[in-house]
Amino acid sequence: MRKIGVFVCHCGINIAGTVDVKAVVDLLKDYPGVAYIQDYKYMCSDPGQNLIKTKIKELNLDGVVVAACSPTLHEATFRGASESVGLNPYRTEIANIREQCSWVHHDKAAATAKAQLIIKAAIEKVKLDEELQPVKVPITRRAMVIGGGIAGIQAALSIANSGYEVVLVERQSSIGGHMAQLSETFPTLDCSQCILTPKMVEVAQHHKIKLLAYATVEDVSGFVGNFKVKIKQKARYVDWDKCTGCGICMEKCPVKVPSEFDEELANRKAIYTPFPQAVPNKPVLDSAHCTYFKTGKCQICKKLCPFDAIDYTQTDTFIEEDVGAIVVATGYELYSLKSLPEYGGGKIVDVIDGLTFERILSASGPYGGIVRRPSDGQVPREVVFIKCVGSRDPENHFPYCSKVCCMYTTKHAMLYKHRVPEGQAYVFYMDVRADGKGYEEFYQRAATEDQVVYLRGKVAKLYRENGKVVVTGIDTLSNRMIEIKADLVVLASAIRPAAGITELAKLLKIGIDQNGFLTEAHPKLRPVESLTAGVYLAGCAQAPRDIPDAVAQAAGAAAMVTTLFARDYLYHEPIIAGVNTDLCSGCGICVGVCPYAARSLNRSKGVVEVNEILCEGCGACVAACPSGAAQQKNLTDEQIHQMIKAILT
Amino acid sequence: MTKPKVAFYWCASCGGCEEAVVDLAENILPVIAAVEIVLWPVALDFKRQDIEDLPDGAILASFINGAIRTTEQEEMVQLLRCKSQIVIAFGSCAQLGGIPGLANLSTRETLLKTAYLTAPSVVNPEQVLPAQRTIVDGKELELPELQSEVRALDQVIAVDYYVPGCAPPPDLVQQALTALLENKLPPKGTVLAPQKALCETCPRKDTKPDILKIGAIKRVAEAPIPTDKCFLAEGFICLGPATRGGCGERCIRANMPCEGCFGPIEGVTDQGAKFLGALSSLIDSTDEQEIETILKTVLDPAGKFYMFSLPRSLGVRFLDKSE
Ligand SMILES: Cc1cc2nc3c(=O)[nH]c(=O)nc-3n(C[C@H](O)[C@H](O)[C@H](O)COP(=O)(O)OP(=O)(O)OC[C@H]3O[C@@H](n4cnc5c(N)ncnc54)[C@H](O)[C@@H]3O)c2cc1C
Ligand code: SF4
Ligand code: SF4
Repeated sequence: MRKIGVFVCHCGINIAGTVDVKAVVDLLKDYPGVAYIQDYKYMCSDPGQNLIKTKIKELNLDGVVVAACSPTLHEATFRGASESVGLNPYRTEIANIREQCSWVHHDKAAATAKAQLIIKAAIEKVKLDEELQPVKVPITRRAMVIGGGIAGIQAALSIANSGYEVVLVERQSSIGGHMAQLSETFPTLDCSQCILTPKMVEVAQHHKIKLLAYATVEDVSGFVGNFKVKIKQKARYVDWDKCTGCGICMEKCPVKVPSEFDEELANRKAIYTPFPQAVPNKPVLDSAHCTYFKTGKCQICKKLCPFDAIDYTQTDTFIEEDVGAIVVATGYELYSLKSLPEYGGGKIVDVIDGLTFERILSASGPYGGIVRRPSDGQVPREVVFIKCVGSRDPENHFPYCSKVCCMYTTKHAMLYKHRVPEGQAYVFYMDVRADGKGYEEFYQRAATEDQVVYLRGKVAKLYRENGKVVVTGIDTLSNRMIEIKADLVVLASAIRPAAGITELAKLLKIGIDQNGFLTEAHPKLRPVESLTAGVYLAGCAQAPRDIPDAVAQAAGAAAMVTTLFARDYLYHEPIIAGVNTDLCSGCGICVGVCPYAARSLNRSKGVVEVNEILCEGCGACVAACPSGAAQQKNLTDEQIHQMIKAILT
Repeated sequence: MTKPKVAFYWCASCGGCEEAVVDLAENILPVIAAVEIVLWPVALDFKRQDIEDLPDGAILASFINGAIRTTEQEEMVQLLRCKSQIVIAFGSCAQLGGIPGLANLSTRETLLKTAYLTAPSVVNPEQVLPAQRTIVDGKELELPELQSEVRALDQVIAVDYYVPGCAPPPDLVQQALTALLENKLPPKGTVLAPQKALCETCPRKDTKPDILKIGAIKRVAEAPIPTDKCFLAEGFICLGPATRGGCGERCIRANMPCEGCFGPIEGVTDQGAKFLGALSSLIDSTDEQEIETILKTVLDPAGKFYMFSLPRSLGVRFLDKSE
């Protein structure tokens, strides 16, 4: 017979107000197996826990039932108390007589009777509870960062500088992300490339960072500390081991393709690097546009490459990496102008988005930094900037604020004025949100020093007329109709999560919010963690943000990773499902049912085996097993039967 | 030395279990030589009185087949229990209620009405129903009463051992008899058959894919039956994974899926519920609507999943909608 101690909590009047605690104690003092029973006002308090500890030691109790609140609140507390005096924590059970009893009843007699039944069931469970030991899980001290924008770069560098290896997976052929496209950055106007490229180079040269560019994540299995990630290395058709980046191929390739990096304002070749400072600075061949791939003729690059690096036979290859933690930093893309018919739907050449204007402003951009408009290369004299395009528009587009547009539009207008002092810049805005350090000052400078005209209101209509773009709207401050015949219109279109984020989130088993961004574990207290242990978030993948915020968040994610890596082992709940090999017929039904791939059929032994580390104890296999061979530890069919019996008889 | 006494008795059954004893063929001879049979209605002419005359515990073992449905059956098994040291539930009906147990899906009233009044082949203008007492030619005849439900043997008397099967295969019968005569019986309550499910010894088990999933449920009457593939993997309902092995895979070898006659695995109470849990876990969909559509294609779920074990199930009783 077990020696079980039962500790009944009043929870002030939370329980005692509805349940006659004294009566419960009295009714159960002779229940088989009960060696000690006592009530107390607040069992979770220090004296309450001490009572439990003292009695375990004094009476040599081998099981404890705490009748109190929900196990989600204090199961860990009471198990910890038991463990501290040498009782296996898994022999301590909670009988929830608060949420499941006192809080949901008024009738004191009935609630008292029910509380007694709940406790009886818990006593029966404890009688059959085994002593369990947490499953010890080793940690692979190696991280993966997905996405090589500024957030991913920062995360990778921080983790690598702490001494851990990092695999950085970037789907483009160069890292850098959108920051590489920017001209100058608010609020200090330092040149984006100048502050970014040294970091890119640091990544490339870091002996702890393995950079997999032009690669995507195809599959993720495992769990915190022990992920296995399958990565597709897309065929580059250039052997990067041989290639020195001399660039002859790019120079001589006859095929011109609109450059994605330059927002199609200029061309690249079919064999190309996205921009001259690319890291790695080696080209990939775009087989969709390559003449050789289309017609079987050309091969100019192959003939001219001094290092014989061109290899048209390359195929996609797959790599597997074992990592203990993953940082997702896949960034953003701009909401397509095609989705914005009210702003011309992308059909008006001189209506462009912010990134296109960044390329126009950039000294290394298609116009060498001279502000020209795309249609005819003229320097625009009147430029209209429109904010909140697609953002803060729940009826037609997205309800959220894209956060960075206020400041980059300010920057755009200011830089335009610096380049074209005689020109006029207008900004249509709903608010000016200048909440960062130095941001308000930056905005004031644009409005006063640079005489940017801020018009509060929404644009009503926008159309092309005589080589101009006519923008009409209402200035809600003066209540005037406004019509501007602009040479160029720059739309601050909404920041959207990068394409493919939904699929990636599925692979990683992490959540996505209603706007498509990755969900953090807690909006205030756990902003860089996902709800899946071991997967962290950084940069615009989680929400729109500017560079300083992205960098700070990335460093935070890196700190979470290194905190994880500082431990020797992870411990995993032992409430998992085993296999009774005396009963298992190897029918295999449970194998496909397990959502964590924890079960596998050992055909030679004719039984199923469980990887205890993978098992999350969900119990799906237990329900599926027709033999009763799959049983959850400390929640066996027998225990459940005994609990039901205790309640019904 | 007197030979040990053995009785064979039948209750609600088809006669197949008697056949199973006879199926021992020449192996039956040493048994007959070694024991004194005191009751075997199918073969020998003994009367109830003969058993009543025996002292309590005089019979070493009674092999009782069939489910319990009538007062007469109940009285007889109680009598045998009293006179026997060992009672062996022989065959699916005694062990689990068997096919007669499916009658529990209807009430006794519906049953009688269907059998004696409304069935198309019945001619009964006077609407006579079986009654416990009937006067024929001035003489009163007495019939046993049809009880309100079918029960397995151990729901009526204490049972010491079980020999499963519809009908039990000769090798298991032989083993049980040998163990009995050599006094090598395992602890009481044991089912005298292997512990594990049929899949363990199934000749088709190697054809099972690593991940078993079912997209559509097929019926042997309608779809081509695979001759060498795991039935379940092909979408045919096979109760093998939920059914104790030891039958010699007779159905599988005859290219029919397992119907479950050997009953649940050791430790499992409700075979049908266990199989249902397994089957619903196998459906290859995560869409609730679709899962329901697929599962609805099982035409007679109670009959399919509880063909042999309805009276021993946890809760399926009287699904009769007409009541
Ligand atoms: C017009 C404009 C001007 C701006 N100007 C400023 C400014 O002046 N100052 C400022 O602080 N901020 C500015 N910003 C904001 C700034 O661009 C972002 O804060 C910053 O780029 C965010 O970095 P990130 O790493 O999160 O995302 P990104 O830069 O988008 O990087 C994400 C990276 O992940 C890669 N990726 C995506 N999906 C996958 C995948 N599935 N697998 C592998 N790799 C993947 C992408 O290829 C990319 O390289 C501006 C934004 C815009 C639109
Ligand atoms: S309990 Fe859940 S996680 Fe564990 S083996 Fe079973 S199905 Fe898999
Ligand atoms: S379902 Fe049960 S019997 Fe079948 S393989 Fe899994 S544990 Fe074994």
